[in-house]
Amino acid sequence: MPLGRLGAFLLLGPSLLLLVLVFLVPIGWFITGALGELGSFADIREEAVAVLGSRAVLGAILNTNWIAFLVTVMVLLIGYPVAYALTRAKGIAFTLILVCIILPYFTSVIVRTYAWMVLLGRNGLINQALLALGIVDAPLDLMYNRLGVVIGMTYVLLPYMVLTLYSAMKAVDPRLLQAAEGMGASPLRVFLKVFLPLTLHGVIAGALIVFILGIGFFITPALMGGPSDIMIAMLIEREIELTQNWPTAALMTLVLLAVTLSLYAVYQRFANQTEGLAP
Amino acid sequence: MPRDGQEGAVDPAILLEALTKRYGAETVVSDVNLAIAPGEFLTLLGPSGSGKTTTLSMLAGFVIPDAGRVLLGGRDVTRAPPRVRGLGMVFQNYAIFPHLDVFENVAFPLRVQKRPQGEVASRVADALALVKLTGFERRYGRQLSGGQQQRVALARAIVAQPSVVLMDEPLGALDKNLRYHMQVEIKEIQRRLGMTVVYVTHDQEEALTMSDRIAIMNHGRIVQMGPPRAVYERPESSFVGRFLGEANLLPASGATVLGGRPVVADAGAAPADGGWLFVRPEKVALTAGTEAAGPNALPGTVRHASFLGNVVRYAVEVGAEEPLLCDAANAPGIAGFVPGDAVVASWSAADCRLLAD
Repeated sequence: MPLGRLGAFLLLGPSLLLLVLVFLVPIGWFITGALGELGSFADIREEAVAVLGSRAVLGAILNTNWIAFLVTVMVLLIGYPVAYALTRAKGIAFTLILVCIILPYFTSVIVRTYAWMVLLGRNGLINQALLALGIVDAPLDLMYNRLGVVIGMTYVLLPYMVLTLYSAMKAVDPRLLQAAEGMGASPLRVFLKVFLPLTLHGVIAGALIVFILGIGFFITPALMGGPSDIMIAMLIEREIELTQNWPTAALMTLVLLAVTLSLYAVYQRFANQTEGLAP
Repeated sequence: MPRDGQEGAVDPAILLEALTKRYGAETVVSDVNLAIAPGEFLTLLGPSGSGKTTTLSMLAGFVIPDAGRVLLGGRDVTRAPPRVRGLGMVFQNYAIFPHLDVFENVAFPLRVQKRPQGEVASRVADALALVKLTGFERRYGRQLSGGQQQRVALARAIVAQPSVVLMDEPLGALDKNLRYHMQVEIKEIQRRLGMTVVYVTHDQEEALTMSDRIAIMNHGRIVQMGPPRAVYERPESSFVGRFLGEANLLPASGATVLGGRPVVADAGAAPADGGWLFVRPEKVALTAGTEAAGPNALPGTVRHASFLGNVVRYAVEVGAEEPLLCDAANAPGIAGFVPGDAVVASWSAADCRLLAD
C-alpha cells in the first residue's frame, strides 16, 4: 500500500520532532545566542576573521582534516578485504565476522578507547610482548601521539566502512565476474576492471561517511592523542569548558557544521547517482 | 553410448569423456560422453535440473568435474581455469558490464589479450556490424533493449574469434518474435564464421530450428543424441518423444495397444509387460467411420477440435487415458470433423515406434 504524503509525514513525525528538539533547537539557540553576545554583524565578521585566522584554529582545522584523511585511508585499506571476506563467507564464518564487526558498536566509545590504551600503553600488552620477544629494546610510543589517534579512530570507524562496502559488494552480480573470467581475465584483472569499478561507489560513500564522522571526533583523540593532536572538536570543547568563550566556540561549530553538511551533500548526491548506475 | 559424429578424419573440437559431477549425494551430471566436430552446432536440450547447464559449466571451466575429461582441440583442460580455454561465451542474463559502454564491453576479451588499440577498434567495429549494432558504441547496457543487450553479448562472445562459443539459454529473456529473429541471426553468424557452438536451452523448438545435432538430457544423462529430425521422428524413449513437441503415447504390450488392438511398427519393440506406442499427431490420419480394419487403426469419437491456424488439432477419444491427438492440415478441400463424429484414426508402420520405457 503506497503511503500518502500525510502518512509518510506522520510516520517520520516523532523522529523529526526529536531531531528538532534535541539537535536543531539547541544548536540554533547556541549559535544565535553566542553570536548575539558579540553585537552587530560587523563585530561578528571581525571576530570570525580573528578566530579562523588564528594559528591555533587553523592548525586544528588542518590537523582535523589530515587525521580524518589518514583514518579514512586506513579504514578503507582494512575494511575492503574484510567486507569482501564477508560477502564470500557463509554460515558460521559469516556470523562470526559480522559479530566481530557489529559487537563493538554496542560498547561505548570510551570503553573501547580505554581498551586500546591498555593494549598500546608503554607497559601495555603489545609493548610487553614485543619486549619479551626481543623485537624491540625499549617500549615503543604507540599512544599519546598521532599513531595512537589514528589506531583508535580507525578501530571505531571500521564498521561504517565495512557495512557500506558490504552492501555495495553484495549488489555485484557474481555472473559478471564469471563472465570476465570466462573471457580470459586473470583474477587480478577481474578485480581491477570489474569488481573494483562496480564497488567504487561504495568506496566513495564509505570514505565520505568515515571522513564526516572523523572530523567530528572528540573522545578518542582527546584520550589517545598527544599535545599536538588537537582536533577541532577538542578546541570547541576547550573554548566552552575552560575559557568559556562561547562566541569563538560558536564560530568553530559553524565551520565544522558547514564542512559536515557540504560533505554530506556530496555523499547524498553520490548515493543517488549510484542507484541509477545499477544494472 | 554411441558417439556419432566422431567417425571420419577430423579431430573433434570438443570431447567430453565420461563427465560426472556430484553435489553432495546428488549426481547432477552422470557419465556424459560427447564429441563435437569443428563447425558443428550442438544443442544440449533438457528440462531444468537435467544437468545441461552444469555440463556447459564444466566445459567452460567454471565447474571442475568429479570424474571424466574435457578436451578442447585435443588438449586436456579438465582442471584448467576458464581463462586459458579461449572460449567465447554468451550468458543467460547477458552479463553486460554495467560500468562499461557497448564498445568497451565488446572490447573486453581483446583488452585482456592486450591487442593493439587499432586492432581493437577495427575488430569491435566488425563484431558490432555483424550483430547490427553499429552506432551504439557509447551506450550503456541499461540504455539498451533486451534484444540489443543480447546482441552486445553475442558480439563480445565472437569478437576475439574463438573457435568454440558456448551459449547458455541466450534467448531465454526475449519475447517470441525477437527470439525467432535472433535464432536465425545466431545461426547465420555461426555459419559465416564457421564457429563450433554448444548451445543450452530448454526450448525444444529452438533446438530443432538451430542445431546440427541435439543431445537430449534428463537426470544428468544424455538420453538420446542425433540430428533434429532423427530425434524428433525416432525417439528412443517416451521421455524424448514427449519432450520434443506433441506426442501420442499409447500403452502398448507386445504388438498390441489398448488391450488387443494390433499395431505394426517398423522400429522398436514394446515388452509384453508394458511399453508405449509413439506416433506424432501430424502422422495420424482421420477417416469417417466406426470400423477399424487391420493394424494401426483405432475407432473413436472426436471430443474436441482446436483451430491452430495452419492446422486443426483433433482430440479423439479412443479408450486410452488421454485422447489421441491428430493434426490435420488446414488445406483447401479438406472437410473438418466436429465433436461427436465417429472416426477411425490410423497411421503407417513407418511413422510409429514401439518404446520400452
